[in-house]
This record gives sequence, C-alpha cells and structure tokens, in this order.
Amino acid sequence: MRFAILTDIHANREAFAAVLEDAATRGAGRIVVLGDVVGYGPDPGWCCDKVAELQGRGAICVRGNHDNAAAGAPEPMSPLARRAMDWTKARLSEDQRAFLGRLPLVAEEGDALFVHASASNPEAFSYITSDTRAAPSFRATGARLIFCGHTHVPLLASRDPGGVVRQQEFKANLPIPLLRSRRWLAVVGSVGQPRDGVAQAGWALLDTEANELTFRRTPYDVAGTARKIRAEGLPEELAARLLTGS
Amino acid sequence: MPVRPHTGLEIDGFTLGEKLHTGGFATIWEVTHPDQDLHMVMKVPTILDGDDGPTIVGFEVEQMIMPRLSGPHVPKVIGIGGFDVMPYIVTEKIEGGSFLAVFQQAPLPLSDVIEIGARMVAAVADLHRQHVIHLDLKPENFLQRKTGEMVLVDYGLSRHDQLPDLLAEEFTIPMGTYPFIAPEQYLRCRDDPRSDLFALGAMLYALATGRNPWGTPQRLRGVRKRLWRDPEPPRAIRPEIPEWLQEIILRALSVDPMRRYQTAAQLAFDLAHPQQVTLTARALKTRRDGWLQVWDRWRVMRKLRRFDAPVSVAAQLASVPIIVVAVDLSPEGERLAEVLRAAVKRMLTIEPDARIACVNVIKTARIGIDQGTDDQGNNLHVMRLVQLKAWAEGIELPDHRLTYTVLEGPDPGLAIIDYATANHVDHIMMGARGYSTTRRYLGSVSAKVVAEARCSVTVIRLPEERAAA
Repeated sequence: MRFAILTDIHANREAFAAVLEDAATRGAGRIVVLGDVVGYGPDPGWCCDKVAELQGRGAICVRGNHDNAAAGAPEPMSPLARRAMDWTKARLSEDQRAFLGRLPLVAEEGDALFVHASASNPEAFSYITSDTRAAPSFRATGARLIFCGHTHVPLLASRDPGGVVRQQEFKANLPIPLLRSRRWLAVVGSVGQPRDGVAQAGWALLDTEANELTFRRTPYDVAGTARKIRAEGLPEELAARLLTGS
Repeated sequence: MPVRPHTGLEIDGFTLGEKLHTGGFATIWEVTHPDQDLHMVMKVPTILDGDDGPTIVGFEVEQMIMPRLSGPHVPKVIGIGGFDVMPYIVTEKIEGGSFLAVFQQAPLPLSDVIEIGARMVAAVADLHRQHVIHLDLKPENFLQRKTGEMVLVDYGLSRHDQLPDLLAEEFTIPMGTYPFIAPEQYLRCRDDPRSDLFALGAMLYALATGRNPWGTPQRLRGVRKRLWRDPEPPRAIRPEIPEWLQEIILRALSVDPMRRYQTAAQLAFDLAHPQQVTLTARALKTRRDGWLQVWDRWRVMRKLRRFDAPVSVAAQLASVPIIVVAVDLSPEGERLAEVLRAAVKRMLTIEPDARIACVNVIKTARIGIDQGTDDQGNNLHVMRLVQLKAWAEGIELPDHRLTYTVLEGPDPGLAIIDYATANHVDHIMMGARGYSTTRRYLGSVSAKVVAEARCSVTVIRLPEERAAA
C-alpha cells in the first residue's frame, strides 16, 4: 500500500490539488493529512471541504494548531499568523470549524503513528527541528514510523538499534529504505507553505510494501496562489514567502 | 541478539551448513533453502555484547545498499534478516573465490597485471554507475566469477550517494584498509568516488611490484604519511614495467583527487590503449622525491583538512565523459566528416573535460580472410589511422584527450557498439548518410547504433539533407 502523507496545507488550494493529482499518478491508495489544513492561505473553505471529503473516503486526518485556532481554541500565534487566522475564521462556516475541531490529535495505522508536531506531547505542538528534538517522540511511542509536520521543513531522523537518535541527510524524490533495524521519524515538509527554500509543495510517499519513503516535491501555480493572497488583502509577506519557498 | 549462528540452525527457511570464514566483523556460512537451487552463503555480523555501534551500523549499511545493486559485478541478494532475531544477508555464492590468493603471488607477469587490473576497474566502474562508492577496496573484497567477471563484496563502509549515510557520524577515526585507503579518506571524506580509484592504483602497484606503495601501516600515523610522501616508483622496483604503466599507476595514486583519473572509465580506457597514454615526468621517475620536496609538501599537507569532493557520484561521472566519434573517411563521407567535426567542437564547449576517442571501421567480408593490404600493397590499417589523425587535427584538443582507433569487422555498427561497451563510453557521435540507394539496401549504420548502443548517441546530418527532404 502507498500512503501519500500531506501536512501544513495552509489553505493553499493550488498546491493541495497539485499534490493530490501527483499522488494519484504515483499510485497512492491512501491519503494522510497531518493537520494545519487552514491558516495563512486564501482558500480555507475549499481545503477544509476537500479534507472532509477525503476523510469520508478513508483518509487519515489529524489536527494541527491552526485547525485548533480556527475551531476557537486559544492557540499562541505570531502577529502575522494571528491576522491571517482572524481572516480565516470569518470565512469558515460553523460546520467547517467544527469539523476541524473534531479531528484527533494522533492517529495510528499499522506500525506508523501520525501527529501534527512532536509525538511526546501532541497538544503542545513542539517543533521538531533536530535530532535532539526528535528524541522525545521516539520515547513517547513504540511505533516504528512517526510522521509529523508543523515546521514546514522536511527532516528525517532515525533511532539506531543502540538507541541513538540521529538526523539523516536525504535527497528529494529518491526512495529511502526504512531499515527495520531502526525506527524512523519524518517531518514531511509543507504542502501549502514550504520554508526550505524550494517553492514547490512538499509531501511524502510511503510505500509499505517496499518499506521505502520518498520525500517528494510537486510544482504548482505559486504565482496564482500569491495573486489570490494579495487580492484578498492578506499580508504581503504571505504571498512573498510562497514565491521563494521561505 | 537472541540467536547466534551455528551449523544446522534454521532461520526463515535457510539452513546453515559449514562455516566458511571467520572475519573481524562477521562470519560466512554455507546455506541451503528448499526453494533455491543456487549455491548460497550467509553473512552474519559478529555483534559483541555491549556497545558495538559501528559493526551494527556497518551491517545496516550493507543491508540497505546491497539489495539496490544489480549486474554481474555484485553478488545477487537472496534474503535479509532483521536484528530482532538474527541479522544476516544471504547472497549467491561466487564460486571463483577471493582474489587474495592471486594477489599473494605478486609480482605477476605484466600481461596479467593489465588484464586483471582492467577487470577490477570494470567492476568499480559498474558500482560507481550505480551511485555507490565502495571505500574499502582490497584484494579480499574482489571475488571472481567462473566467467571471469570480478564481483565486489563487503559494503559495510560504502556510501550510496542517494541514500542517507548512516555511517557519517559513526566513526571517530578514519575507516578503511590502511594499505589502500585514499588520503581524503584519512581526512574522513566519504563522498568521493575517486577514493576507490586510489585504492585501485594501490592494488595495481602491488600486483606489478609485489609490494604495497606505502607498506602495511599498522597505525594511523603511517597512513597519514601518504599525504606528502611519494611511493617508490614501480619501475625502480621492477625495471621491465613499461613507462606507460608507471604513468597509470602513479596517476591513480595522486594525493589530490583532482590529479587522479576522474572516473574508473578513464582509468580503464588508458589500460586498454597503452600506446596512447600520454607520458609525463611521472612515467620516467626512477626514485622517490628528495627530502626538500617532501618537506615542502609536508608543510602544506599537515594543515590540510579536506580536498574538494564532487557534488555527487553521478555528477562526477558526467563531468568527464568519454565520447566516441565514429568517422566515415570515404570520399562520399568527406562533407559529413567536416560537419561532424564542427559538431564535436561545439560539444566540447559544453563538455570541456570530455575525452574524445576517434574511431573508424574497416569493413571486412563476412566470410573468408581479409587482406590487410590494398591492391597497391599499402597497409589499410595504417592508412586509416593517418587519415583519422588528420581529420582530428581540426578539433584542437591536447593529445592526452584524443585517441585514435581503427576497428575491423563485417558489421560497422556492431563494431562501434562493441567498442563503446568495452570502453565504458558515455556518448557516441556519428554522421548519418543521406538517403542513397546503398543505404536503402544495406541499412543504416547510425540507425543500428542508435537502436542498440547502451549509451547516448548523437547523429549528425548534413544541413543540405533538409532541403532534399
């Protein structure tokens, strides 16, 4: 079975649609959404409905901090995120906000665990930006594979048979064998607002049969999304950062 | 580790037979499986109790890399066992055995050195094409198939440049086999395919002279010396070694990777074209450098932390391609040969480090023995070679990057394809003749080459053909 693992869509319809199409052509039979469906981007309603539709067809979906905020929870946010969130909330229906609020914080399937940020304390939404920050997640769960998002920067770490957690370098679009001798944690990057300098949607393809993970990048109409952000009067920084992927 | 290997142990359908070898980090067992007719061996790491990180990670690296390799130069993987019960890798058994025995008979006759060397280089070239740097090349890690191909084993220190490097932070000291390890490996670089070419150079040296270029150092200090100390020139040890072979060996052993052969294919090419190896001062060296020169190098090298490594294995291979240019020297082909030469010159602007191998084919009859001379008694082969050199003069490339070869065969297309395959060629350039009657009857040489060659092929046509079509 191939899982397309998406996270941090952030109301970017163009990126979301492009990834879903790319995932389908690569034989993904199951979709996973690791949260932050809304916030920052210009199409929260469409993205929310799409995720609900995917969930209805068997997709695994968990809740991120922006989804939490959209549902009304008091999430700490930067002023920029706050401005976008106020705009977002006004554009979501009661049902859409309730849907986001109902998503679970953690989901498990087979030997994989799915969570928006650190698995050690899912409600705290801590950033995993290094091997030291990945270590608590390995301690918190027995799952062999942990998938998360939140940082918008792809990262791969593994815990070797001796218990040492190390970050691993990898190349995009090339399959990585997930050796069964160790446990793995992948931050799969961001569909709708990548921040690693690549202005393409980031996601991951997990092939459970081949036991391989591929960090993928999918080009999308970045200029189109940026235009919409500007047309909606959302902060200019949000449009500019999409164009550079930073 | 819950299970330890022993004769009679059954695991995942494999039954362990005799123990064939006990190494420093692993044992090798003969195994059978009811579904497999092959002769097989199982490698099981010897994991000591307690902290044995490097052995475990080294074995993980093998388990990760080996299943991704294919072709005659690597053992076929049959099964892999996890660390939860007993880690192992089962592969086909390479019946010819290790190359160590051959090595122990060195110095070998020079023809054997060249022939064995070429087969070793071919195996390494194939591995590099598959994005893997071996990083522990030594005689024990070359096995021989009954069909003659060398098979590379032991990938515990290897680097696959498209996969995470699990070993990157595992070692606090440089790893490798001291007599053969490259200077940059001493500096803990793990991403330069030219490190393997250095090890090949050290092995060629040993095969030709019966000695290792820097002896058999037991400590790292002894390894470090090769950053400034040059080895005894091979011809000083064995005078009948030809200058060209000394040139090849010492070039492969250059301290700076930039001064070595840049790809295994380039090294193989020189071994296959000894008359065309450009000799430098290296070829004529009769003794080691004087202490003043060595001291100068020591002052620079002792502070060195790294050499520049290539972006990736594939990028390194692509940066120094071997391009075969098949030239038609017949009077009807004259105009096309000119256009082809112009195309080669343009190609050199985008591939400035390419090596150009000019070839021409003498078509021989399918049946019977051909005359090597024409009616006037001129040697055809020599005449063609002269013509080929005259044609190539216009390319304006230094001699050491141009070679000339006249091939013979009943099927010119096949002759070109075979030459390209044997020499690890990256690209073929050739002309396509116009729509003549002869071509309609005999078929097109270029079409055959395009269809059957395993490398890229560029076919050049005359601009005037466009009007004719």
